[in-house]
Amino acid sequence: MTAPAQIPASVDAVLALLEQNDYFADRRLATSVFLALKMGRPLFLEGEAGVGKTEIAKVLARGLGRSLVRLQCYEGLDTASAVYEWNYPRQMIEIRLAEAQGRVDREALASNIFTERFLIRRPIMQALEPRDGAAPVLLIDELDRTDEPFEAYLLEVLAEYQVTIPELGAIKATQPPIVVITSNRTREIHDAIKRRCLYHWVDFPSAQRELAIVRRKVPGADARLSREVVAFTQRLRAMDLFKSPGIAETLDWAEALVALDRLALDPETIANTLGALLKYQDDIGAVTPEVATQLVAEARAEAEAIGPAS
Amino acid sequence: MSASVTRLFKPERLAENIMHFCRVLRAAGLPVGPAKVIAALEAVEAVGIEQREDFRAALESVLIERHDQAALFDQAFELFWRNPRLLERMMELLLPKVYGRTPRSEAEAPLPARLAEALSPPRDAEREVYDQESTIDATFTFSPREVLQSKDFESMTAAELTEVKAMMARLRLPLRELPTRRSQAADRGTAVDLRATLRAMTSARGAVVPLAWRRRRHRPPPLVVLCDISGSMDRYARMLLFFLHAITNDRDRVHTLLFGTRLTNITRHLRRRDVDIALARVSAAVSDWAGGTRIGACLSEFNRRWSRRLLAQGAVVLLISDGLDSDVGHGLSAEMERLAKSCRRLIWLNPLLRYDRFEARPAGIRAMLPYVDDFLPVHNLESLKQLASVFAQPRTLRRRAEMDFELGRRAA
Repeated sequence: MTAPAQIPASVDAVLALLEQNDYFADRRLATSVFLALKMGRPLFLEGEAGVGKTEIAKVLARGLGRSLVRLQCYEGLDTASAVYEWNYPRQMIEIRLAEAQGRVDREALASNIFTERFLIRRPIMQALEPRDGAAPVLLIDELDRTDEPFEAYLLEVLAEYQVTIPELGAIKATQPPIVVITSNRTREIHDAIKRRCLYHWVDFPSAQRELAIVRRKVPGADARLSREVVAFTQRLRAMDLFKSPGIAETLDWAEALVALDRLALDPETIANTLGALLKYQDDIGAVTPEVATQLVAEARAEAEAIGPAS
Repeated sequence: MSASVTRLFKPERLAENIMHFCRVLRAAGLPVGPAKVIAALEAVEAVGIEQREDFRAALESVLIERHDQAALFDQAFELFWRNPRLLERMMELLLPKVYGRTPRSEAEAPLPARLAEALSPPRDAEREVYDQESTIDATFTFSPREVLQSKDFESMTAAELTEVKAMMARLRLPLRELPTRRSQAADRGTAVDLRATLRAMTSARGAVVPLAWRRRRHRPPPLVVLCDISGSMDRYARMLLFFLHAITNDRDRVHTLLFGTRLTNITRHLRRRDVDIALARVSAAVSDWAGGTRIGACLSEFNRRWSRRLLAQGAVVLLISDGLDSDVGHGLSAEMERLAKSCRRLIWLNPLLRYDRFEARPAGIRAMLPYVDDFLPVHNLESLKQLASVFAQPRTLRRRAEMDFELGRRAA
């Protein structure tokens, strides 16, 4: 890992930093990231699946030379697995030892076994401690998958960068971590959380930006194929689908086509590889051979028009 | 930039203008409190005002909280930071309100549609409908109550309706609780609570300590109500709104959407405690009362725009409709299938079931029926109570095969 880098001083510097690390952001997103860093506030990213929300945290950690602490949310996530837990076996041994030695001072024992020595740190507590001299990047991924009580718990962490343990008191971060929260919007996150964050809706990228991403991430793809892939995906997003393909799907598809040694799109290849792009049978069914043929023709016409990434 | 716009950005006036802008947004319904105003100033200071786009992105990331607020923000931003004349007019509208000199309803002037709508409160005329019916006579006796319970909503007098509303407000839905992955302390639990046990051990002086226990916590599933408000459902829908208001405020995770020719989410409006205020807001928000029905199109919109946001955690869907579709079932069957597959349980409440000889003749009904788990009447208070008992039933298996059989028998 590289030494911790300085926080970028301007929006342009953020754009450059992200791009160095293979992330092509639009200016609005870069502004939000810049403000999050500058103002020391959590960044709340919402958007469709596969538009690169999680990637931002990874890129920031890499670009700024910080370690990444990731908390994947799921239903039933509790403080024991997200924040801290007491090391019960060690505590039990400590009590047995004390009893064996005949030390049975209750107060002393209680204050002895509920100390930091017996604390197991989970992601959120880990994020409150600097590593290698710099605060880590804390990624709270897919917050919408957990439930409201956990959200409520996060309020203290996000506002004060501290965790309160009943037996110990409040533990505050010496240096606040960089917090990135993502949500796929499978339910609305409570306003109280969002109020403490900078909100940004991550949209599907423009054709230019998507082309730049494909060129960078799938270097093996032919230039013409990349253009057609992007134009085709952009066309698909305009269709009335249950789940539009994200950038992640575009990249998967481009890789699939490279693996099949294709240099250009044709309806038959599309029919065979559509599963990389669309994940619902209804959506795949909607792209019939006739529709595919028409889309390919349109994509070819448009492919040339995609300008260089701005 | 024109001279007048440059004036807005003058350093000595910038802070003031940002504050005014926040105030405009607040008046337009965005939750912008003083903390956000301070954050906005801080953000603008960090980003600078050299680039309009950055300035806008900075304000946006601080001031909005949900994706659907973006459109309103955009309009307000364009208005405010490009055309100061309009801004001044807007401030004229706002200032009296802030200082409380004139009542809210007078703040009306020709402004761009969406902002104007957001700036002006709902018209009094729209409230009237409910005000007439809002006086509740609580002195009814036992016997008329029984009569009321089995009487069809459609054939009730105004006085009877008032009584029914009062009763409806007291109805509760005992949704069967589902196990969650969280636990709570319990006397007879299934897992040992080590933390509590250890705490007890520290003060036990070597004596044997009884174990503390935890067990799984249970909570009711989310409920999503899709209620038809087309012409044929008019009388029922208005009655049912009282019921929906009651269950929305009874517990969390209830979402309500109305549909006729288009789909409207009224959850936030129904959360108002006062039923009259809630319903006045609903009627202001909904534009397709008592019109036609496009069930297929509305379900399709629901599936595309809302299902992933509302049906995530094992939601139960309550579909209230007579199934009479003016689109004649176009694409309806596929949308119903998608809906049924996205939720835990799909319950269809149909007022037409009051007729004993009801047959599933209309194409819309035939298209929908194979995908529902329960098919129930909803035409009087008694049937709403029946609904409560259905919710409380333990059942995991879908009942569709049985329904298909019944459908076949009725057709024969």
